[in-house]
Amino acid sequence: MTESSLAAGTQRTFSATPWRERAEEALLPPFVALLVALVCGDLLILSYGQSPANVYRLLLEGTWGNAYGFGQVLYKATTLAFTGLAVSFGLRAGLFNIGGESQLAAGGFAAALIGLALPIGTPLILALPICIVLAGAAGGVVGAVPGYLKTRFGAHEVIVTIMLNFIVLALLNWFIAGHLHVPETLHTPEIHAGFLPRLADLDADFHGSAANLALIVAIVAAGAVWFYLFRARGGYELRAVGLQPDAAEYGGISVGRVWMRAMTWSGVIAGIGGINYVLGYKHYYEDGFASGAGFLGIAVALVGRNHPFGVLIAAFFFATLSQGGLAIHAFVPKQMMDVLQGVVILAVAMAVPEVRSILRSARRRSDA
Amino acid sequence: MTEAIRMDGVEKSFGSVKANRSASLEVMKGEIHALVGENGAGKSTLMRILGGLIKPDAGKVEVFGKDVTGWSTSEAISAGIGIVHQHFMLVPTLTVAENLVLGCEPKTRFVMMNYARAADDVRELSNSTGLVIAPDRLVSDLSVGEAQRVEILKVLFRGAKILVLDEPTAVLSPPEVRELWAVLRRLRDNGDTIVLITHRLDEVVELSDTITVMRAGQTVARLKTSQTNPSEIARLMVGREVSLSAGKRVHPTTRPESPRPNQGLEVRNLAVMGSRGIRVVDGVSFSVKPGEILGIAGVEGNGQTELIEAIAGLRTVFAGDVLIDGLDVTRRSVARRHDAGLSHIPEDRHRRGLILEYTVGDNLILGLERAFSKRGIIDRDQVMDNAQREISSFDIRPPNPVLAARALSGGNQQKVVVAREMGRDFSVLLASQPTRGVDVGAIEFIHQQLLDARAREKAILLVSAELNEVLALSDRIAVMYRGKFAVVMPSSEATEESLGEYMIGTRKGSAA
Amino acid sequence: MNPISFITQMIRIAVPYLFAASGGVVAERAGIVSLTLEGFMLTGAFAAVVGTNYTGNPWIGVLAGMIGGLIFGAIHAIASIRYRADQVVVGVAINLLAIGVTRFFLKLFFASSSNSPRVAGFGGNIKAAGFDNPLLWLGLLSAPVVAFVIYKTPFGLRVRAAGEHPDAAESVGVSVNRVRYVAVAISGVLAALGGVYLALDQHQFTDQMTAGRGFIAISAVIFGRWDPVRAAFACLLFAAAETFQIQLQGNHAIPSQFVEMIPYVLTIVALAGVVGRAVPPAALGKVEA
Repeated sequence: MTESSLAAGTQRTFSATPWRERAEEALLPPFVALLVALVCGDLLILSYGQSPANVYRLLLEGTWGNAYGFGQVLYKATTLAFTGLAVSFGLRAGLFNIGGESQLAAGGFAAALIGLALPIGTPLILALPICIVLAGAAGGVVGAVPGYLKTRFGAHEVIVTIMLNFIVLALLNWFIAGHLHVPETLHTPEIHAGFLPRLADLDADFHGSAANLALIVAIVAAGAVWFYLFRARGGYELRAVGLQPDAAEYGGISVGRVWMRAMTWSGVIAGIGGINYVLGYKHYYEDGFASGAGFLGIAVALVGRNHPFGVLIAAFFFATLSQGGLAIHAFVPKQMMDVLQGVVILAVAMAVPEVRSILRSARRRSDA
Repeated sequence: MTEAIRMDGVEKSFGSVKANRSASLEVMKGEIHALVGENGAGKSTLMRILGGLIKPDAGKVEVFGKDVTGWSTSEAISAGIGIVHQHFMLVPTLTVAENLVLGCEPKTRFVMMNYARAADDVRELSNSTGLVIAPDRLVSDLSVGEAQRVEILKVLFRGAKILVLDEPTAVLSPPEVRELWAVLRRLRDNGDTIVLITHRLDEVVELSDTITVMRAGQTVARLKTSQTNPSEIARLMVGREVSLSAGKRVHPTTRPESPRPNQGLEVRNLAVMGSRGIRVVDGVSFSVKPGEILGIAGVEGNGQTELIEAIAGLRTVFAGDVLIDGLDVTRRSVARRHDAGLSHIPEDRHRRGLILEYTVGDNLILGLERAFSKRGIIDRDQVMDNAQREISSFDIRPPNPVLAARALSGGNQQKVVVAREMGRDFSVLLASQPTRGVDVGAIEFIHQQLLDARAREKAILLVSAELNEVLALSDRIAVMYRGKFAVVMPSSEATEESLGEYMIGTRKGSAA
Repeated sequence: MNPISFITQMIRIAVPYLFAASGGVVAERAGIVSLTLEGFMLTGAFAAVVGTNYTGNPWIGVLAGMIGGLIFGAIHAIASIRYRADQVVVGVAINLLAIGVTRFFLKLFFASSSNSPRVAGFGGNIKAAGFDNPLLWLGLLSAPVVAFVIYKTPFGLRVRAAGEHPDAAESVGVSVNRVRYVAVAISGVLAALGGVYLALDQHQFTDQMTAGRGFIAISAVIFGRWDPVRAAFACLLFAAAETFQIQLQGNHAIPSQFVEMIPYVLTIVALAGVVGRAVPPAALGKVEA
């Protein structure tokens, strides 16, 4: 408070290599978190009387070491990429979107409905864009609600999105359980059109894995988010609002409109993620298919430091953990991965401010 | 006479900012001592060290003869130091009594808070000091004067014998100010010691027994109030040589500009509400013609900030109108005001003027994104060209357009802001504290820019706490005091002394 | 539908909410975001089952549950206060961690992926309708006790100051950090007790058995505007809606999913200020450097 007025009148010098500063602040926390995860992993493995080295080797073999495993990793990473992009997009505008779970589900639901509504045999060229647009729209509607409530009433988006998760999921459950489900199941009938080819169709090695072309859509989405954030005027304004809303307001940017746009598009991205399961894997909407991907998206965004390409890498990392759990199941229960997930998120969350303050005081000492 | 406080050779830095360099203070028991200096002179830091909120890097602190250097807040409080902060440290949702006893709560036999005891204690203290306030009132319901009474009671409750008041009258109305002065005199007569941090020279003269003047982190003088006068105090406070080119006309640089109606800025009966229902801008009217600089002088906190924010579109106007080139923009957005021809150099470049994490190049287009983008995509080449151009015209160092703004010195950061705002197609410029925290070389440069703009027939409204700056640059000068223009006069008629009297309220005029 | 059985069932359903909401009020009033109630509850449930299983005594289970809640509360406190991590992210992390840890130990101790063996509980006399369970009474008492602490004790005063204006508290020598550590510890223990009740009432732990109750508790806190008694009424309100729906099962009057939604819709309404604004403690979520 008093410091800024005290700072007036004297010189302030900082390091002249900004890239290195930013890189340090960005990359150290995930690195620290990885170390912490490794240590915890070692402890958990040892508690099961196994050798960590063996287990890690098995994990790598089961995930990246064979095509099926790798395919599964890619499949899981795809959904996480979408939810991670969604959360990071909101965070760039200073907004915390916890609603990925329901936005993802809504998108998947919309994709399934369209898939059912389209006549059998509709070519993918036609069906896919329609499904994507409507899946995105569904997610966008769910995302727009907290955006509107924040802009108009100042209602905090964290709580609203958490609440909306429950509301939307309950609503979807009602639709399915009440009207649209195949008897004895909780899923819709199989779609008529919009089938996304599996990777297995292109390369027989991937046989059996769920990885499909939604992966390409995810990569394209990451590219699009990158382009918007760092090349488009709207992205300049969005990041400005996230970094320094007072300066953005001063510059004439409408903070409220940016918030609305950010939450809505965040929802859209998560909604499109629904196609991975619905169009590419099971070809129907199943109640509860999201199974935590929305929340993990928060972890992915955090570890990926809110950068689209970081998010892709982080999604890949978390998917590896998840698939790896299955691969080592004979030696250590896959539940260990659930624990590690929580540990990684906690570690990154704790590392970010700690690293920043350590680096800043180190820099100040070297400048003074 | 016993020595209450002695501080010697105090040094304190925040990062690379030296807030106190060899500062000293000597206060005798039972006197009212004024600690004066401009913003950033180091007064608050010195007092925070005294109060145990921060520890000094070097130096010695003695209270009643005892060495207490580097002590904690609780130790300071137990020893009788009571700081009454400028921004009240009161919890708005609690009552007066609750705020008073926080941290030393009276208890009943069982664990419970003894509310009755707390209320009695408040009433007792209230009566004995004459600071009357009802114990069960919610702090959020209190007026500013009443809240301050509670702050003072709070420190007295803890047995303060040395009171430090930080800019206590900054937010008070004249009758409340007089009440406070009476209270302070009464406390002094009771044997308490008072340190008054202020830059209101009328207070200093009226109230204090002795004065310490600080400037740029150092103590520059120790005076006996009866042996000095406001002009000497002011001179010691400011005392900086700034080379100015007052009145020198500069060759206008050639820049492509669209034709403008060019009627300048007009403000009519502007009123802006502050917190607690007071009008911080109270019926201000003036106009700034093209090719003119109107300088608003005045001690900070008299409504200048709010006035500028209201004209800039960052604060809602309660009543009145703002016209730019004849267009009524009173209820228009910031963006529309930019379109109408308004540029604004904000007083807080870190909060408003810059996005510190953005590069210099990106900061140079803040608010101008549309002009630098084609079909929604930012034209990076154009941004880079613009950045190179501005960096070289304004001599921004280091001359690297992709450096984060946070890496630049204060002066260079300000140049980025000035470059951007001058580079806009504008007819009215608001310049608020344009050279605050800026080194001498950059100050000269920025002044030249302002004069250059005037030569190009722009209307410039300058607000500055630096009297010299206002005198050197303005064609006409207005003094703002408590939300109104106390006087408006041509700069040829203005002197430091005459303006000073309007600034501290000892002379009142009718605003032109 | 008989009014007595309605009320007794409503109370039984409300107990976990009451425990967790009371804990949530304490922590949030002190300024720490408590999205962690779900995780605390789950941990308490599991620890209670472990404790009871190995000793046969449900009171040991209660103790174990409280310790579990304390440990997780400590993690939340250290991460949020000492490391100043984003409290929302910490909330997500702790909830995931609780799921993971309980699953891991469920496998390790009981060799199961879904449920523990059955354990002893409290009460059990059908005629007493659950009121012979001492935990039920503790749950009902948690709200008035927390209200007493917050409004009538010095500690409570400091909690309220820490959550509204921590600088003011620090300026008079109150250690805001210490107050917050204690407040979060209390929230951990109380929320865990909600889980203890749940698990011992069902005589078993099942994977993710809390099923969102911790979020209903935080909704009650918000809907109750961070006042323990109002939050308690919100808990009862939400429990009443659930009971209504259960007892009307045959009638299909309102689908169960819509009843599920009620607490969440009401919370959004409270936040948007349609019926008066729910304003959180001013310093909620901010930890000074």
